[in-house]
Amino acid sequence: MDFGFSEEQDLLRAEVRKLLDARCPLGEVRKLAETPCGYSAELWGELAQLGWLGLTIPEEFGGAGLGWVDLVVLLQETGRSLFPSPLVSTTLAAAAILESGSDEQKQRWLPSLADGTRIGTLALLEAADAFILTGEKRFVADAGSANLLVVAFRTGPGAHDLALGVLDRGAAGVATRSWTTIDATKRAGTLELDGARVEKSALLGAPGKSWPAIERLFDLGAIAVTAELTGAAEAAHALTVQYAKDRLQFGHPIGKYQGVKHPLAEMYVDLESTKSLLCYAAWAVAESPGELPRSASLAKAYGSDMFARVGIDGVQLHGAVGYTAEYDIQLYLKRSKWARPAFGDSDFHYERVARLGGL
Amino acid sequence: MDFRLSSQEEAFRDEVRRFLDENLPADANRGDFRFVVEWNKKVRAKRWVGFSWPKEVGGGGGTLMEQVVLKEEMAKRKAPPLGACFMGLAWVGPAIIQYGTEAQKQRFIPDILDGAYQWCTGYSEPGTGSDLAALSCRAVREGDVYVVNGQKIWTSIAMWSKWMILLVRTDASSASKHEGITCLLMEMSTPGVEVRPIQNMSGTAMFAEVFLNDVRIPVENRLGEEGQGWQVTVSALASERSSIAEVTAMFRKLEELQELAKRCTRNGVPATRDPRVRRQLAVFEAKIEAMRLNGLRSLTQQLRGEVAQGETSVNKLLRAELEVDMGDFALELLGSAAVYPRGSDESVDGGRWQSGALNWPEVVIGGGTPNIQKNIIAERILHLPKDG
Repeated sequence: MDFGFSEEQDLLRAEVRKLLDARCPLGEVRKLAETPCGYSAELWGELAQLGWLGLTIPEEFGGAGLGWVDLVVLLQETGRSLFPSPLVSTTLAAAAILESGSDEQKQRWLPSLADGTRIGTLALLEAADAFILTGEKRFVADAGSANLLVVAFRTGPGAHDLALGVLDRGAAGVATRSWTTIDATKRAGTLELDGARVEKSALLGAPGKSWPAIERLFDLGAIAVTAELTGAAEAAHALTVQYAKDRLQFGHPIGKYQGVKHPLAEMYVDLESTKSLLCYAAWAVAESPGELPRSASLAKAYGSDMFARVGIDGVQLHGAVGYTAEYDIQLYLKRSKWARPAFGDSDFHYERVARLGGL
Repeated sequence: MDFRLSSQEEAFRDEVRRFLDENLPADANRGDFRFVVEWNKKVRAKRWVGFSWPKEVGGGGGTLMEQVVLKEEMAKRKAPPLGACFMGLAWVGPAIIQYGTEAQKQRFIPDILDGAYQWCTGYSEPGTGSDLAALSCRAVREGDVYVVNGQKIWTSIAMWSKWMILLVRTDASSASKHEGITCLLMEMSTPGVEVRPIQNMSGTAMFAEVFLNDVRIPVENRLGEEGQGWQVTVSALASERSSIAEVTAMFRKLEELQELAKRCTRNGVPATRDPRVRRQLAVFEAKIEAMRLNGLRSLTQQLRGEVAQGETSVNKLLRAELEVDMGDFALELLGSAAVYPRGSDESVDGGRWQSGALNWPEVVIGGGTPNIQKNIIAERILHLPKDG
């Protein structure tokens, strides 16, 4: 039993942190959030060169061949920096192809996802029709920048008659509308499909049999989002702790008063607990797949509620300045609003835990 | 990161399971005195009492990980405790092993392992609960004895104990309140010791006030040096660290709550179909699972020789919340029937849920209230300025 990170993982964490601190501090994040595409193509290229875009893609397909615990390390850091990029979306699109695609399909798409020339995303929510797709996919992360779309669609009347296929953004009948979300560092949109064709060679797995793969993708998405939100919550907590040490009222730093220090301690308890739940879920991805649904749901449920509270209390403990655009704490509050519904909120996941437990 | 057990640990798990198959039948009456006496002899023979203590003093010499396996398997089968001397095994023994003289080890450790008698813990005083180091129970040395005067309170099982580990102030002039405290081992039958049980809100008496009037304690019963008492106490309490057995017991409690929910109705439908009930039970599950994993994380830190930061306080806070909320939730599920305790024709399951809802202070207040745990996290881990 070893519930700790390896030296390589600690090194990865340090490298990511160093790069993001140097190249993408919060001032830069704020600037990028104002640009139309919302992220830096230059930094995207650098991440590709460092092998971080294809972290969980096997080496034979151009990736780094690492696992989900390594990915958690990376995403905690991108979350901590509020780093704007379609990294999570691309990683999940790659996971879909990796888990359900043929060798030929992997060879066709994965290297370009790993080297950053293709940007992927999942379009799972809201169903469309048959192999000729007509309909709308909503809440598609990075819909504006992604050019490789992994789409889930219906093949029959049964609730689980679903298929997964890859669509090119430029294909006929595919249109996207994209917006800045409540968190200006995250983009999402709607995918409008009007007679778009999924070529047979672009079907991932057997049509009509993709429900288990989709469910697993959903779990992976929940873990990826939880990793980012854990990093972000840790940063928001650290900002607030620092503020409580610096801000003087009634002759003392406000962190001396229990009305301030106790909520900070409670946040710490929930943060550490989320980290534990998250790491176990990430470990289960490869090592104990049977435990993945429950452990992913526990992590996302606990993490969503934790971050919602860290965001709100973080702003509140800053007092009036927490409400200003100038201070950074509000950026994290907005991120928490983005992260809560992504891949299921706590009501959704706790209900799933209850069901999995036989209730 | 790897959550699997090594093959050696797997083998040990099998050994524990085999032992339980043979010695703990499903229908065993765990409350039966003769059964427990036999059980204690058997687990003692296996050296599973004081399992992690060094072999030289009669312990099992087991590794931290094997101890986790042992406790987990025991708790899963609702086995009786490993050993009968609760506080002796939890912290008095570890303190004696670390700070005791050879004579003290020989005199006390075998009795603790055999469960020959109980130990109690004389820390809290009427004026010093959370602020333990401010204690004022006084000891004055006269030749070969300390003469002790003062009062202790909230002393669990004092009325059934033969010995007490006692904190006294030997030097009132020292600058820091942590200095000048000394640890003594006191026989409860010593003249001048008076024990008065305190009845608690669930109607039982588990703890007591202990009055000490000119109690004469031989110097040979001092544990550690004079003035070293605080250090002895802190390191002894730190050995009460693995929360694994608690976690397994909490999971069992959760199962019982789930079973109860299946028998209850809310708003005319089975309680298990009520979304709030389903969510609440899942929230409990998440917190217990978090405790389990937090415990394993800190265990890894210990195995790697790193200082485990604050995990004890984190898990204590989670456990406190769970004890209070789970106890209360059971009564919510019972609806109007929640008002009937044991002794009423209408009481459900012999009133056990009411006892559960009233007994949480034993766990939640003892060993540091939740607010004190929050101070510990805020000051020691987050380095926020100290109170007061």
